[in-house]
Amino acid sequence: MADYKWPPAEKRSLIGKRIPRIDGPAKSSGRAKYTYDMNRPGMLHAKLAYSPHAHAKVTGIDTSVAEKMPGVKAVQIIFPVGTEVRWAGQEIVAVAAETEEQARDAARAVRIQYDVLPHMVSDVPPDRAGANIVKSGEVKEGDPDKAFQEAEIIHEGYYGNTQVVHCCLEPHGQVTEWQGDKLTVWATTQNVSGIGGEFAKSLTAKGVPVDVANVNIICQMMGGGFGAKFAADPWGVACAQLAKTTGRPVKLMLERDQELMEAGSRPTLYARVKIAGKKDGTVTAWQSDAWGTSGPQAQSPLNLPYLFRVPNRLANYTAVLTNTGPTRAWRAPNAPQQCYVTMCPFDDLAAKISMDPVEMYRKNFPILGPRVKEYAEQLTIASELMDWKSKWHPRGDTRPGPIKRGVGVALHTWGGGGRSSTCQVRINPDGSVEVSLGSQDLGTGNRTVIGIVAAETLGLPLDMVHVNIGDSRYPPSGSSGGSTTVGSVSSSTRVTATDALNQLLAKVAPVLGVTPDKLEATDSRIQAIDDSSKGLDWKQACAKLGGTSIIATNQMSRDIISAGVGGVQMAEVSVDVETGVIRVDKMVAVQDCGLVIDMTTSESQVYGALIFGINYSLYEEKIMDQQTGRHLNPNMEFYKLAGMNDIGELVVHMMTGPGYDERGPIGLGEPPTVSPGPTLSNAVANAIGVRVPELPMTPDRVLAALGKA
Amino acid sequence: MSNKDKPKDAVQPPADSKRDLGRRDFVKIVGGTGVAITTAGVLAGAPAAEAQDNPPRGKIVGPGTVPITLKINGQSRKLNVEPRVTLIDALRNHLDMTGAKKVCDRANCGACTVQLNGKAVYSCTILAIDAAGMGADIRTIEGLAPEGQLHPISAAFVANDAQQCGFCTSGFVMASKSYLDANPHPTIEEVQQWLGGGNICRCGTYRGLRRAVVVAGGGSVPAEGAD
Repeated sequence: MADYKWPPAEKRSLIGKRIPRIDGPAKSSGRAKYTYDMNRPGMLHAKLAYSPHAHAKVTGIDTSVAEKMPGVKAVQIIFPVGTEVRWAGQEIVAVAAETEEQARDAARAVRIQYDVLPHMVSDVPPDRAGANIVKSGEVKEGDPDKAFQEAEIIHEGYYGNTQVVHCCLEPHGQVTEWQGDKLTVWATTQNVSGIGGEFAKSLTAKGVPVDVANVNIICQMMGGGFGAKFAADPWGVACAQLAKTTGRPVKLMLERDQELMEAGSRPTLYARVKIAGKKDGTVTAWQSDAWGTSGPQAQSPLNLPYLFRVPNRLANYTAVLTNTGPTRAWRAPNAPQQCYVTMCPFDDLAAKISMDPVEMYRKNFPILGPRVKEYAEQLTIASELMDWKSKWHPRGDTRPGPIKRGVGVALHTWGGGGRSSTCQVRINPDGSVEVSLGSQDLGTGNRTVIGIVAAETLGLPLDMVHVNIGDSRYPPSGSSGGSTTVGSVSSSTRVTATDALNQLLAKVAPVLGVTPDKLEATDSRIQAIDDSSKGLDWKQACAKLGGTSIIATNQMSRDIISAGVGGVQMAEVSVDVETGVIRVDKMVAVQDCGLVIDMTTSESQVYGALIFGINYSLYEEKIMDQQTGRHLNPNMEFYKLAGMNDIGELVVHMMTGPGYDERGPIGLGEPPTVSPGPTLSNAVANAIGVRVPELPMTPDRVLAALGKA
Repeated sequence: MSNKDKPKDAVQPPADSKRDLGRRDFVKIVGGTGVAITTAGVLAGAPAAEAQDNPPRGKIVGPGTVPITLKINGQSRKLNVEPRVTLIDALRNHLDMTGAKKVCDRANCGACTVQLNGKAVYSCTILAIDAAGMGADIRTIEGLAPEGQLHPISAAFVANDAQQCGFCTSGFVMASKSYLDANPHPTIEEVQQWLGGGNICRCGTYRGLRRAVVVAGGGSVPAEGAD
């Protein structure tokens, strides 16, 4: 059994360095082919007819007019008569036609009758939600009553996270094509190795029997996922049915409004919080009455407070069932909301005693949980990068003029770790190397990470390694969720590349007259560890394989990765108290993710997460119309996202070296997305002197908090 | 993989002469939004205004497919499209030129940006027949550099990691091309102002983007880890 481990710092030629992503040239030249870009010979286009009602029963579907329209080749009912529609935008029928325009015309011509039922699209507090609630119970620890009675300081407040959506620039969708009983699906998916089974099961249940072995999922490039793209989805299955019916490839991509209405959103979370402590800033008691909506789904109980283990706590959660559309995992599911309703009350309690929140967090290290030493270090570094000590002031900027400045801070944690992943490494007699996994790159840099790990292990430059991902014919690798991808694939690639190398060393050792364990692969050479003159260059070594390639296949090892990261973020903002407009001046992110594989794409993940956070803190909100039950802004004009001029100065500091590297890769996509909300909200409170209780902090909410609206 | 040799323009619904519309009628029927559409499609400069001043005359076209010729990357491309087909759909669905992306389809995000007579425009909000009618010189990202080579702007995007998922990237590259054509050596502040609203990136690559455009213009940016 080989001893798998990461190379020590002085031996790393690629790992941890700044390396541009290997699919960058394909993307920046426009040559990268995404699912949306697949044009197959004879391909039809499909569009969806969907419910305009938030809650209704389908009583009739008439496709006769649509079927006769120009270019229409097939109609597929997705949800039949009798279906209870639970949100506006739910797909009912798919239509395939020769052109996109014809398919759109025909989808509009489908006549669907409904019995319209009462709807609720507002996630009001449970006491106003009537019967539409599911109580998820209560958690009690210590003696909260006594702790609140004995407290020296108490703060009570309300905090809310409204609904946001994923708004992937490449919408959900796929191209499906049958060849006999074999189905190929070009899908935009976070789950290349997983959704084949779902297609097979759903299609078979719908009378189109197909074995999972005959379903090939391909996703070479994808335009974002953020947690919304794990499933085959009803429209995906319908697309495959249409392809079967017509005998032609079919492309069905959601239109922008459908993407925003029904392809997933982040659950809301609101809480009335009571927090208490001592005059020195130690938090002793917590009480939260929380609620939120997952749309028509009930959410599992939320564990509050986040990160800190307050000894005396009472926390309950009530799910409010609404017709706002389905929720899906959204970059660090639930954590940004929980972080917000925790870190804001902590900050408010600190403000009560005019305490610097950095000092307050330090004061509460005893209840912080794991990695206190790392948080302490990160707080120090973040404070320096922000120049916190000179910028922080007690709550409310007292300087004259309408522009008020303030700073805020918050902490976060996330698990990461790894999922099952199998890798195949092939070393060919001509020296070429192929690494194959049924994984996917959402834009995170996964493809580059795999290449770096393989090249480092084999002592080769990055461009000598061909990385094959995005195809279910490669060995299965877990879905990309929970920040587990890099942990999974870096581990399976390291293990398997080590195995492959050991086979090569065994072949070469007799030629060099040393035992395999005395050989190393470095600088495109196989050579004796203690005598570099005794060696062969990589191609010469591979030529010794004769006509047979080395093919090694193995699984990830949990021994060389771990889970659990932390980070500290700080923000500086300017708020115009006359208009309510907030500008981000600067954000600092100090982030831990264990061993960094590629510094460039790691930093990009964190920069991107800060901007993601600026979006959900200041701009984006899924706005529902109470009367019609419809999503009012399913477009990119009124579903607001930051532009290049809205982000301020961003500073990212990755924690590396002793204390971090030896934990192995952990995963990074989600953790830095968790805390920008409270970081920015706390900065705004520090600037204007009052809490803006809900995200996003739109100008109207800022003015309302100031008592001006 | 490609269907570029088998355009689906062969499919033509039977023409219904009663419903045939002139192009000017078409513009009227869409409530004047024909003008609004093309105007909204223009990021800077206004080829639409030129089209408005010199309305094409005579020929009745649509609603079935009509033959048009688009001048793309210096080549004449003949295709048959319905008059309502937008330039982005003509490029992507009829010519298999998929570099420009369809995202918002409403002139908000810039992923579909191409150059029309040197100006950056949203190809989702220009009708293909309008682009053909004005004889516009259309430049797409496919024409930036020969296969196997990278245009300096694209290379700067790679070096500064100005892309994550990459779905906005083509649009940013083409918007940057138009900007740099007019302002060859911008500062980071100028880039930030100019590219501040016309193109949207969901992954959040703006920091890399603004650095890339400065570098593509020959400017320098602080070393990584130093700013």
